[in-house]
Amino acid sequence: MDLFDKLTILADSAKYDAACTSSGIDRGSSPGKIGNAVACGICHSFAADGRCISLLKVLLSNSCMYDCQYCVNRRSNDTPRATFTPRELADLTMQFYRRNYIEGLFLSSGILKNPDYTCEKMIETLRILREEYGFAGYIHAKAIPGADSALILRLGQLADRMSVNIELPSQKSLALLAPDKSKTAILRPMGLITGKIQQTQTEMVRYRHVPRFAPAGQSTQMIVGATADTDYRILTLSEALYKKYGLRRVFYSAYVPVSDNPLLPALQTKPPLLREHRLYQADWLLRYYGFSAREILDEEHQSLHPYLDPKCNWAINHMDLFPVEVNRASREMLLRVPGIGVNSVNRILAARRHSALDFAALKKIGVVLKRAQYFILCRGKAAEGVSITPDSVLRALVSERSRQMAFSGQYEQMSLWQEQITREDVVQCLSGQI
Amino acid sequence: MPQRTDLIYEYDGSLEGMYSCIFESFEKKELPMEIRPEGISQTSLYPVKYISTDLIRAERVKTGIRRKISRSVQQLTELVYYTCHPEKEMLALRFVQLGMRCGAGVETMYADETVHALTRAVKHLTQESHQLKGFVRFSIREGIMTSVIEPKNFVLPLLEPHFCDRYAQETFLIYDKTHQSALFYRPGQSIIAPVPEYEQPEADDQEMKYRSLWKAFYQTIAISSRYNPRCRMSHMQKRYWSHLVEMDESIPTRWEAGQAKKKLCQSGMEDCNEKTT
Repeated sequence: MDLFDKLTILADSAKYDAACTSSGIDRGSSPGKIGNAVACGICHSFAADGRCISLLKVLLSNSCMYDCQYCVNRRSNDTPRATFTPRELADLTMQFYRRNYIEGLFLSSGILKNPDYTCEKMIETLRILREEYGFAGYIHAKAIPGADSALILRLGQLADRMSVNIELPSQKSLALLAPDKSKTAILRPMGLITGKIQQTQTEMVRYRHVPRFAPAGQSTQMIVGATADTDYRILTLSEALYKKYGLRRVFYSAYVPVSDNPLLPALQTKPPLLREHRLYQADWLLRYYGFSAREILDEEHQSLHPYLDPKCNWAINHMDLFPVEVNRASREMLLRVPGIGVNSVNRILAARRHSALDFAALKKIGVVLKRAQYFILCRGKAAEGVSITPDSVLRALVSERSRQMAFSGQYEQMSLWQEQITREDVVQCLSGQI
Repeated sequence: MPQRTDLIYEYDGSLEGMYSCIFESFEKKELPMEIRPEGISQTSLYPVKYISTDLIRAERVKTGIRRKISRSVQQLTELVYYTCHPEKEMLALRFVQLGMRCGAGVETMYADETVHALTRAVKHLTQESHQLKGFVRFSIREGIMTSVIEPKNFVLPLLEPHFCDRYAQETFLIYDKTHQSALFYRPGQSIIAPVPEYEQPEADDQEMKYRSLWKAFYQTIAISSRYNPRCRMSHMQKRYWSHLVEMDESIPTRWEAGQAKKKLCQSGMEDCNEKTT
C-alpha cells in the first residue's frame, strides 16, 4: 500500500474528530530546531465543509479492536484498514510543515492489539519528530483510554495538547453504544492529565527546569444527536468539565450516521448542525460571558431554542433587567447584552472614558445594533424608532437565516413542515399566539 | 492649531518620507488637503509641494511621538503606513495631531472619525497578515523554499518575524506580487527589498508528490454531508485561492497521480511533465 492510500484512508477515518485547533501556547524557536507555536492558533486552510484545517489530522492506524457503534472504525465495519509506520508519519509531517501546509500534527489511533501497544507506537512517532527531527511545532495527541499511566504521561511530555474523548454524554448511552468503554475508563486518564498539568504548573514556580507537560492544556469531544441526551445534560456536563478538570475546550460533533444499527439514527438522517451550532454558542457563554449552565437551560427547558441564540433567549426571558445604560453599565451586564461581544465590551469600557457614547459611536465600535438596540440606552435614550415590547423584540431577533436553517429540509428539525413558513408564523408561535 | 490649506504634499512613498510630511505640517503649522506618493500623475488645480525625505526629521517625529504620546501610538502610525487605505498618510497625520492634543488615550477614542478609520485600516492589515501566516505555501527546490502571495496590504514586515522564527534554519523567499517586493531570509539574515519581477521555479517530482499528497488530504478531510461552500469562502476568501496548492486544479489528484506514474513508465519523462505542469 503506498503513501497516498494510507493517507487518504487514515485521514478519512480521522475526519469526524472535531478538534483541529493549534492554540493555547506561545513558543519561539530554539537553536537547531524547526518550528514555533502561536497562542492564538493559525488556520492553514478551510475544507469544503467550512471547517478549519490547522493540523495534519490522521490516525496512526484505523484497525481497532473495539466495536463502538457510532464509530466508522468499529471492528464490525467493513472498511479498508491501514497503519502508518512511525517514521513514515513523522517524515510526512515534516514535509508538510516545511511547506507551511500545516501547523503541526493531530495524532489519534484505533486500538491496535491493546491500548499499551498503540500508545507506544504513538510515542515513537512523536519521539522521532521531537528528538530526531527537532520539530517544535504543535502536536495534539489523543490519550488512549486504558493505556498505562506511565505511557500517557510520556505522551504528554511530547505533545502540546492532550485530549480524551468523552464521546457520549452519559454512562447509559456509553453502555448502550460503546460496550468496551466505560465512564471511569475515560475519566481516569482525564483526571491523570489534569493532575499532572497542575503539578507541573506548581513545580514551574519553584524550579527552573521542569519538563513541560501538555502546555496547551486538555480538551475533549462529545457526539451530539446519536443518543437521547438533552442539551441541558450536555451543557451541565461541559460546565463540570471546565470547572473540575480545567479543560480548555469541549468540542461538540454533530453525529453523522455511519451505521445502520437500530440503536442509532437512520443512515439518511442529516447531521444536527443547527443543534451543534447552538451548543457552541452556549459553550462560549459559559467560557467567556460569565453565564452558568443553569441560567441558559433548566429542568423545564431542556433544549436550546432553534430560532434564537442562547444569549437572546436569556435576555428575552429577563426583560426586567433591560434596557441598560451603555455609559454606566458594568462589564458583567454589558457582556449579557445580545449583540455586544467580548471585544465590543472592552472597547466600550475604554472609549466611554473619553466621552459619552451614542448609537453612532457604538456602531463604529462594532456593536451589532440590530440586536443590541432593544436592550440598551445611550445617554438615557433608546434608539430612534425602536419600541421595546416583547413582541417587537422577538420579531426582530428571529433572524431570517436561523429561520431558514431551522425549516429548510437540509437540517433535521421540523422536516415535516413542507410548506413555506413565514417569519410571522414563527413569531406568533414563539409568543404563544398559535 | 494648524491652518487648513489647499496644498497637496507629495513625497517619495517611503515611511521616512511620510514622517517628513508630518514634520513639515507641524513646522509650518499647515494642514495639507492631501498627502500622496509621487508618481501618481494626477493633474489637479491645487498647488503641489514636494516634501523631500529627511532621515533626521523622520527620526525626530518618531521619537517625538514615542515620548509625548506613547510607544503604541507610534507603532500604530507605522502600521497604518503599511495598509492599503487610500488616504493612509492623512490618517496618520490627523491621528498624530489628535494624539498631541489628547495624549496616550487617543488610541481608544473609537468614537472619533479618524481613530475609527485608522483602527479599521490597521485591523484589515493585521487580519490579512494573520491569515497569510496560514495561507503562504512554500515550494521546495534544491533546499530553497519559495512562495508567492498577492495581499491587499503590505504585509511582509508583519510576516517577517513569524516566518524567520519558524524556519530559522532554512533559506526562503516570499514574493509579494501586488507590491512587487520580496522577503529574503537565510539563517541569521533577512531583508525586504523591491523585486520587479519573479517567476516560481518549476516543481520537481518530489515537490509534486507532496503537493498531490496535500491535495488528497485536503479533499479527504471534508465531511461531505456537512458541505458548506459559503462558510469556506467567508473564512478563506477566493482571492487567496490562486496561490493555494489545494485549490489548484492542475495538481493531479490521487487517481491522476497513479496515471501519471504509469505513463512515466511507458513513455519517459517528457510526457509526465506535460501532464503535471
